[in-house]
Amino acid sequence: MSITPIDRLEFIRITAAATSVRKDTKSGVSVAPSASVTRALALRVNGEAVRLDVDTRVTLLDALREQLQLFGTKKGCDHGQCGACTVHVNGRRVLSCLTLAVMHDDDDIITVEGLERNGVLHPVQEAFIEHDAFQCGYCTAGQIMSAAALLNEPCGPSDDDVREQMSGNLCRCGAYPNIVAAIQSARGRA
Amino acid sequence: MHPFSYEKVTNEHEALERARLGKATFVAGGTTLVDLMKLNVEVPTALVDINGLPLNQIEDRSDGSIRIGALVRNGDLAHDSRIQSRYRVLSQAILAGASAQLRNMATTGGNLMQRTRCYYFRDPVYPCNKRQPGAGCAAMDGYNRIHAILGASDTCIATHPSDMAVALVALDASVHIRAANGERVVPIMEFHLLPGDTPDRETVIRPGELITYVTLPSGPFGPRSAYVKLRDRASYEFALASAAVALQLEGTTVRSARVALGGVATKPWRALEAEQVLTGAAANKATFLNAADAALTGAVPRRHNAYKIELAKRAVVRALADALTH
Repeated sequence: MSITPIDRLEFIRITAAATSVRKDTKSGVSVAPSASVTRALALRVNGEAVRLDVDTRVTLLDALREQLQLFGTKKGCDHGQCGACTVHVNGRRVLSCLTLAVMHDDDDIITVEGLERNGVLHPVQEAFIEHDAFQCGYCTAGQIMSAAALLNEPCGPSDDDVREQMSGNLCRCGAYPNIVAAIQSARGRA
Repeated sequence: MHPFSYEKVTNEHEALERARLGKATFVAGGTTLVDLMKLNVEVPTALVDINGLPLNQIEDRSDGSIRIGALVRNGDLAHDSRIQSRYRVLSQAILAGASAQLRNMATTGGNLMQRTRCYYFRDPVYPCNKRQPGAGCAAMDGYNRIHAILGASDTCIATHPSDMAVALVALDASVHIRAANGERVVPIMEFHLLPGDTPDRETVIRPGELITYVTLPSGPFGPRSAYVKLRDRASYEFALASAAVALQLEGTTVRSARVALGGVATKPWRALEAEQVLTGAAANKATFLNAADAALTGAVPRRHNAYKIELAKRAVVRALADALTH
């Protein structure tokens, strides 16, 4: 008897699908009879041209993680409340869990994997290491992507200004003091 | 999430045609829509992506007004130098809402179209007249600390969550709406609907209509305006009570005023009673306290939200004091 091995991600995919079917039955929402709709996309991810076939329901976050195997971008709440999934789209920070992949044909996406240049870390990455700006690390990619964008946004000089501009990125370990210090250091205000 | 078709359009005509032909839902920033689709609260069968429409400019008009394209992102609007200097309350309100990431995504038109919602609306386990007319309301006798004290009905007490729209009410903004058969202009005060017996209908927008612009009149208020938002956290949280105010002074007397409330009502709320108290009165704390009392005279609290009456009054007084000294 042969056993087909499934990896962790495949297991999560199957379990998630089963759960969502159960949910539909429970809430009595009638399931639309139409089959899934797939679209072809051409975009740039971390500087490389990428072609993808995506179900219209797939978020940018899931396309990055599950189709492009870019696991640096994290799925926290999956509802726009935690900021762990922050990436840059055409130079601006957005939440990849609240936007559909299909909406990003021709867009330029940067994830935490694409922040370094020729093996040299981004100043914000360097500062996070130097200031020990994390504990468990789950929110870190989102924090770094937000902070890297913040360097080019209107933001006042004080720590409070940084806290306000970073309020969309939660850290349940409570590494906030070191995160703020790292960002101020990267901004040259430490 | 249920399957849906997707199409990106590049001009208004195409967008309106798609909407006319089928049951299409427009998507711009998607921040509320995608969230509610994941929860099976919104179940569109056809999405029409309008991000390619040329509606992303903020323009000065010859009559002194400003015209804001429906696709201008909330963050861009808040940081525009004309908005900051001439419509301070609008810039402050937008920056008090959501997070930097969400403000980069959310649009002017989308902000107005976001659902009036509470936690019971977002969770299909609970009955909700807004999700399913006639089902009942879990908030009435549930945990209603965040719910409305103004504009509620027997069917719904959810608050309208926007900060931006509260400032637009204080600025007498107008919403420009296109349909296949023409354009109409709706004053912002009339754009959102009270829940009444039809809490599932939240705006005057009809199927097939598209918001194209929001205009701000030149107005008599200049920079003397302010937004104060009170909430459970210092940032990234909905208002428990907020106030958007604008003052026109003649010496030390209030010549005209606007007072709008957020976080306490089922729609962005204009407090005409407070404006009447302010008009012609001395611009001082005593007047502001009277105006705040007037703004909340019609408030009807539920079991857990009576504190909002005092909280909203304090937001009004603080916003007026800030506008006066600015």
